[in-house]
Amino acid sequence: MPGPRGNAGRRAAGAKKARELDHPMRTFMRLMRFVFGMYGVQYSIVIALIVVTIFAQVRGNLFFQTLIDNFVMPMLASHHHDFQPLLSAIGIMAAIYTVGIIANAVSAVLKAFITQGFMMKLRNRMFAHMQRLPLGYFDTNSRGDVMSLYTNDIDTLRQMVSQSIPQIINSLFSIVMILVSMIYLSVPLTVVVLAVCAIMIWMTKIMTGKSGTYFSRQQKSVGELNGYVEEMMSGQKVVKVFTHEDAAKAHFRERNDRLYEASNKANMFSGFLGPINNQLGYVAYVLCALVGGWLAVSGTTGLTLGALVSFLTFVKSFTMPISQVSQQLNAIVMGLAGADRIFKLLDQKVEPDDGKTTLVSVCEDATTGTLRETADRTDQWGWRSPDGQITPMRGNIRLDHVTFGYVPGKTILHDMTMFAKPGQKIALVGSTGAGKTTITNLITRFYDIDSGTITYDGIDITNIRKADLRRSLGMVLQDTHLFSGSIMDNIRFGRLDATDDEVIAAAKLANAHTFIEKLPNGYHTQLTGDGASLSQGQRQMLAIARAAVADPPALILDEATSSIDTRTESLVQAGMDELMRGRTTFVIAHRLSTIRNADCIMVIEAGRIIERGTHDELIAQHGRYYTLYTGIQGAVQ
Amino acid sequence: MKTVKTLLRHVGEFKRDSILTPMWMIGEVACEMVIPLLMATLIDQGVEQGDMSVIGRTAAIMVGVALCGLTFGCLGSVFGSRAATGFAKNLRQDQYDKIQTFSFSNIDRFSTPSLVTRLTTDVMNIQNAFMMILRMVPRAFSSLIIAMCMAFVVSGTMALIYLGAVIILGSILGVLMSIAAKYFRQAFPEYDAMNESVEENVTAMRAVKAFARESMQTRVFKATSKRIYDIFLKAELVLAAVDPIIQTTVWGCLLLISWVGSHLIVQNQLTTGDLTSLLMYCMNILMSLVMLSMTIVMITMSSASARRIAEVLEEHDDMAVAAEPVTTVRDGSIVFDHVNFAYPSVTLSENDPAAKRRAEMAQQLINSGPENVLTDLSLTIPSGTVVGIIGGTGSSKTTLVNLIPRLYDVTGGSLTVGGVDVRDYDRKVLRDKVAVVLQNNVLFSGTILSNMRWGNPNATIDDCQRACAIACADEFIDKLPDGYESTVEQGGQNFSGGQKQRLCIARALLKDPNVLILDDSTSAVDTGTDAKIRRAFARHMPDVTKIIIAQRISSVQDADMIVVLDNGHISGVGTHDELVASNEIYRELVELQTQGGGDFDEDQFAQLNNTAEAQHSSDVDDDKEVR
Repeated sequence: MPGPRGNAGRRAAGAKKARELDHPMRTFMRLMRFVFGMYGVQYSIVIALIVVTIFAQVRGNLFFQTLIDNFVMPMLASHHHDFQPLLSAIGIMAAIYTVGIIANAVSAVLKAFITQGFMMKLRNRMFAHMQRLPLGYFDTNSRGDVMSLYTNDIDTLRQMVSQSIPQIINSLFSIVMILVSMIYLSVPLTVVVLAVCAIMIWMTKIMTGKSGTYFSRQQKSVGELNGYVEEMMSGQKVVKVFTHEDAAKAHFRERNDRLYEASNKANMFSGFLGPINNQLGYVAYVLCALVGGWLAVSGTTGLTLGALVSFLTFVKSFTMPISQVSQQLNAIVMGLAGADRIFKLLDQKVEPDDGKTTLVSVCEDATTGTLRETADRTDQWGWRSPDGQITPMRGNIRLDHVTFGYVPGKTILHDMTMFAKPGQKIALVGSTGAGKTTITNLITRFYDIDSGTITYDGIDITNIRKADLRRSLGMVLQDTHLFSGSIMDNIRFGRLDATDDEVIAAAKLANAHTFIEKLPNGYHTQLTGDGASLSQGQRQMLAIARAAVADPPALILDEATSSIDTRTESLVQAGMDELMRGRTTFVIAHRLSTIRNADCIMVIEAGRIIERGTHDELIAQHGRYYTLYTGIQGAVQ
Repeated sequence: MKTVKTLLRHVGEFKRDSILTPMWMIGEVACEMVIPLLMATLIDQGVEQGDMSVIGRTAAIMVGVALCGLTFGCLGSVFGSRAATGFAKNLRQDQYDKIQTFSFSNIDRFSTPSLVTRLTTDVMNIQNAFMMILRMVPRAFSSLIIAMCMAFVVSGTMALIYLGAVIILGSILGVLMSIAAKYFRQAFPEYDAMNESVEENVTAMRAVKAFARESMQTRVFKATSKRIYDIFLKAELVLAAVDPIIQTTVWGCLLLISWVGSHLIVQNQLTTGDLTSLLMYCMNILMSLVMLSMTIVMITMSSASARRIAEVLEEHDDMAVAAEPVTTVRDGSIVFDHVNFAYPSVTLSENDPAAKRRAEMAQQLINSGPENVLTDLSLTIPSGTVVGIIGGTGSSKTTLVNLIPRLYDVTGGSLTVGGVDVRDYDRKVLRDKVAVVLQNNVLFSGTILSNMRWGNPNATIDDCQRACAIACADEFIDKLPDGYESTVEQGGQNFSGGQKQRLCIARALLKDPNVLILDDSTSAVDTGTDAKIRRAFARHMPDVTKIIIAQRISSVQDADMIVVLDNGHISGVGTHDELVASNEIYRELVELQTQGGGDFDEDQFAQLNNTAEAQHSSDVDDDKEVR
């Protein structure tokens, strides 16, 4: 239960999306299988107990017929007032009620366990599944959409499972049982009640239809207003700088008024529903009294006064569940829409990971001179194939005729061939969208290539277990993301068993030690909200430290120092050089200082390597690289 | 209480509706209460006497009363929804208007998402609560009272049973609800933590996968998930007791009534008709009580929203307004006279968890207490000069320029623009004449033209074209199929960093300012274009004082005057050559940037690409989109 936040908006949004639901029945059955799979026994017990409770309730209503006809009337007739039979009848009734109450209490407690347990298990399952999805999922789904699965959608499901379904079962049983009792008491009166109910359902339909139109209009206005507010609030300082306040107020007023119009009407029409149903209930009551009174007086149908009184209590309790069902149906539709979206997440194919080759620590066998696996942490790594063969890890990465596109039919990389010899530094240069980051996405298998091969020390990377492949490639990415926790924890994210000293050493390497030390809590400073209070440059330094502590055999640096100012960068650079020494490194950068000393520079444009060579070679070529280089130098001087 | 008063002041023109709604609701309840009485008459005098005329007459009256009830109920809905949605409308508008009066330091107190929540979700919660207060509460309350009175009229003895039941049930419900509410309050922070964890993982999935930390993250998540389970389970178990307890009370009452009632009937103190009405009152009273306690809980749960809204409404613009504001800015001369500045000590919004956490972080990061970020700073800038400001991260460059258009007030010393203290100007006039292109600049959704007109609402196309030409934005605008009518998406996402910066500069130029401040506004523009923009400034607006904050030496080296800032102090002032000769920090920067310096700028690449391989452009865009 996420509380009172934005229920109204959410409800209407759910209703809107519900119409897009393709197979409501299939989704419903799947959800039920899901719930029963987890809590089959408990949920069945709950339903059984609900039936018991309703039985007690209906039995109670019937009791009032016996009360007047069998006890009060005879006593009035005779002068001998014997209350003993009444007492025992009340005693029996009390026993029935007690059973009903106990059933209700037990089912309520069970329901609490089921609901919360179901939600926790579902959340955990969604999260665990999400962790295994390929990066493509996160690149193509907006953060807001994914977030709302965990908040809004799971909440509508909770309502559906814990309230709507039991409520509907409850109401349906009530309706059936009361209907049976009513028919038993008097058929003609039952017909009267059903007629009124028909009118009631018809009116409900009209009113919900009317208010529904306005609710969706309200939802549109809410969306519009929210969008406007979000945009303006994040630009509020610009509004001030441009003294644009009055115009902003006027624009807001337009949208605000539209929202008011729609939500006023929507609430008004849905507000009519209550009084209409209520008063129609009384009309049913009056009609029954009228018809029943006449029948009782005429005495033709054998309707007794007691039966009429009893019947009248049923009239009220009959109309209530009918309006309840109509309310809950709406919640069910919304719950199904939520379930559908959650199932879509759970149906997403997980990242394929069928590689069997793993990364292991190795040491040289003193006697034979061959490599063998060891549990100790050595500075040497090796690839162990499924048959136990150990290949030394050197960092020889090769792309051979690689073609790739994120979307079928739109190729991003065309027949790309490149190689990095062990320990080499390869610089990728090119404009935004040329495909530089794409190349790193493929080496790490965030995405799988369409054709060609990528090999790592001669092993096709599809044969390497993903976790091991990625562990062998330290990454510092353009956008640094930090996690809630201490700075120490964030650096240790790179290698969980790193000691405090190793973390500090890594921070020193990344030149982050100085600023961390200045914080009052040093390495134990807690970061929240993606490290929002650190500057972009400081965050990048932490990311570099994180990669350093991982001590990976190879490195990918994607604009790793782009946000660090030139002065600090020269300090970080020394650490970076230290980090890169002896490791195969792919570096993407637009600062010349980072690129110049690369062993090989690849100039990439529109998914093709158009030039390659060392800095001096490329300058000598007088090609694109040369143009860029001299262009910049010209501008500086 | 004060919060409620603050909010209620904004009911405004909907006061009449707000007062009338409860009246209609009470009317509706009154009608509903008369019905059981009529019912009794109908049974006792009509059915039992076999008098059809009485039955007919009473039934007619009952239908009439039901119709009255319907009318009142519908009126209640009409007035109630107008009152509640109208109140919500006012709360939104008044908050928004208030935010428009906020100064920068006011804005700093609230986080953007929290302001959005206050304007949207929180107002929605208040609207619902207000609707309940106007409709449900009077309804339930009067229903309870009237039914109770009626019960007393029918039979004092029986009514006493109800009274006892109400007191017992009421107090039990009160206790249960407050316990549950306590658990819910405990749960919210955990819930936020879980959402944060999901959000973190969704945004940082690349990092998670890069370090193969999937299973670790799942373990962490499961722990949070379990904590939520524990708290919510407790809350739900408490609530689970509510239903059976109500049932026990209701059924207990019914049995008691049956027993006592039968005795009374036999003793001729009660009729069977009376008994029927009493049964109805019983349901009425107890259901109203349940309704009342539930609405009260829901209303109290919206109190957090109420506090958040009241906080915005009560926030005071902390910048003093000049008594006799000066309305013209003579020229672009600027004098800093022994200026001290410290950011106001962080008294962050209590009701804004995100802002509060940021504040705690900020406290951790900047040691303790407000510290001067600018100390005893004096600087004289003649009108029309080009001033470059350079310095490392955290050297307070941005702070320095933000003081000029009085986005913040100096805490010591004085600052004059055009010979007049900035605090004596009409703020609008000052800000129109001192144009700032903020570091974190924003374009708004609309068209290029509509964005340009932020600078000057009356600007013609020609004016805009001129401004864009100076800012070198015309080069790419002219290539767009819709030119100046091209759509700008929210935040200007459909433009590259360099293009956005140039549009922002053009927008500022349209203000026709005396002072133009560029706060690192050409960082994403390639060096060549950067130089071109500066040349255009010199040619087209020689009288305007231009203050340029930059990282790149090349952006400031031609300036008439370069200010080197270091940790809130001026480390040196002079021309490029003077500073190279005299200033350590400056020399170091120059050396760093000229040896092997320079950038391969994104924009420069883009330009080359445009001319060379236009046919690949669609592929290029896709790559950008997908990532």
